Amino acid sequence: MSTTTGRAPIVEARDIHKHFGHLHVLKGVDLRVVEKELVFLIGPSGSGKSTLLRCLNRLEEPSSGSVTVDGIDMLDPKTDINKARQRIGMVFQSFNLYPHMTALGNVMLALRKVLGLGRAEAEAKAQAALDRVHLADRADHYPLQLSGGQQQRVAIARAIALEPRVMLFDEPTSALDPELVGGVLAVMRELREDGMTMVVVSHEMGFAKAAADRVVFMADGMIVESGLPAEIFADPKHERTRAFISQIERH
Amino acid sequence: MTGWERFTDSFFNARVMAQYLPKIIDGFGLTVVLALCIIAAGLALGLLLALVRTFSIRPLNWLIIFVVDLFRALPPLVIIVLLYFGLPNAGVELSGFVASWLALTLVLMAFSEEIFWAGITSVAKGQWEAARSTGLGFVQTLGFVVLPQALRITIPPLTNRTIAITKGTALASVVAVPDILGAANAGVSFSFNPSPLTLGAIAYLVLFFPVVVLGRWIETRFAWKR
Repeated sequence: MSTTTGRAPIVEARDIHKHFGHLHVLKGVDLRVVEKELVFLIGPSGSGKSTLLRCLNRLEEPSSGSVTVDGIDMLDPKTDINKARQRIGMVFQSFNLYPHMTALGNVMLALRKVLGLGRAEAEAKAQAALDRVHLADRADHYPLQLSGGQQQRVAIARAIALEPRVMLFDEPTSALDPELVGGVLAVMRELREDGMTMVVVSHEMGFAKAAADRVVFMADGMIVESGLPAEIFADPKHERTRAFISQIERH
Repeated sequence: MTGWERFTDSFFNARVMAQYLPKIIDGFGLTVVLALCIIAAGLALGLLLALVRTFSIRPLNWLIIFVVDLFRALPPLVIIVLLYFGLPNAGVELSGFVASWLALTLVLMAFSEEIFWAGITSVAKGQWEAARSTGLGFVQTLGFVVLPQALRITIPPLTNRTIAITKGTALASVVAVPDILGAANAGVSFSFNPSPLTLGAIAYLVLFFPVVVLGRWIETRFAWKR
C-alpha cells in the first residue's frame, strides 16, 4: 500500500461487519481509498464485495464498524444521509435508469431536486455530463430506446453530474453483451484520467491490470490480500487468491 | 300478435319510451354525478392509503389492511343498506345518494388501495436505490421515480375495477335514488311495460362504453417509449 500514503483518504471504512439474519457476510473489513485512487474489489461471488461497496454509501446498513467518506461520518444518525450521498456517485449492474424519463431527464432529476438548480442550469449540466459519456446526441431518448452500454453510460452521467468526490461501480459491465463492454470501460478510463476517485467491483481483469492503482481480493467476507495489480495478478501471496486468479484467467 | 310483435311491444315500445325518456335522462345525469363523486373520492382515498402504507408504520399498516379487507369482503349492497337503514339508529341520517356514494367510495378505496400498493411494490428495488444514491429523499423518490412507474402499471386493473364499482351505482336505486335504474324501474311500474329498462340499458352503455375506450387510450398513451 506504499502508493497510497501521504494522500488524504476519501473513503475510510473500519472493521465493517454485516449480518443478514444468520449470514455473516462481512467479517471485519477495513478499506481505505485515497484521492484519485482507483481501487478494484475482486473475489468469488458471495465474498461480500458488493455488500462492502453498498455499505460505503449506506444503501446497506453495516451491523457494526465505521464509514467515513470525504470527512463525513456516514453512520452517524445526525448525518444528513441525502446530503452525504451527493458526494458519492454509484453505478449499478442493472443500470437502474428511470424508464419514464429521457436520458436527459434521468441526469437532471437529482440536479433539480437535490441540488435545487433551476431548469436551464440543470439542463446545461446534464447535457455536459451526457457529453462526457459521449451520448450528447441521445439526450431525448428513453432508456428502452438505448442499448445496454448506452444505458450504463447514461447511469454514469447521472452520477457524475452531481460532481461526486468518489464513484462506486457495482459490476458495471456484468449485464452487458461483450461488444458493449468496451464503451463503458472507455468512459471509466476517461473518468480516471480526469482524476476521479473510484471503487470498482468487477470481473474485468484486463481493465484492472491496465487501470487500477490497487486490487483488493476478498473471500468469505474478509479481505485476503491487497496490492498493486502486478503483484496480485502475477504473484499472489495467498492460495485463495492464486486459485481465484487462475480460475478467472482460464475464461 | 306474433311473438316478435309482443317482444317489440314489451321492450321497444316507442310510446312508453318517449314518455319516460326525460326521467331516464334525469337518472343518467344523477348516475354520472354519483359515479364521478365515487371515482374522485375512492381513487384519492385509495392512493392516500397506499402512500401512507409505504412509510411502514406497523400499527397504521395493520389498520389499513383491516379496513381494506373489510370493504373488499362486504357486498356493496350490504354496505349501502347498512349505511342507509342502520346509521339512523345511531342518530346519523344519510340521504340515499350520500349513503350510496359513501358505500361505493369505501369499496373503491379498498380495491384501489390494493392495486396502487401492488403497483408501488412492483417497482424494482434498484429504482429506489438509484434514486436514493443520488441524494433524493424517501418522499422525493416515491413522488418522482416510483409513483409515476407504479401508476402506469396500475392503469389497466384500476380501470377495470373502477368501471366494475361505478356500475354499482345501480344499487342506489334500492335506497330510493332516482338514478338510471331507479328511473327505469319507476317507469316500468307506472307503464306496466319494460321498455324503460331498455332505455336504461342504452343509457348505461352510453355512459360506460366511452369510459372503457378511454381506459384503453390511457393505457397506450402511457406505455413506455420504445
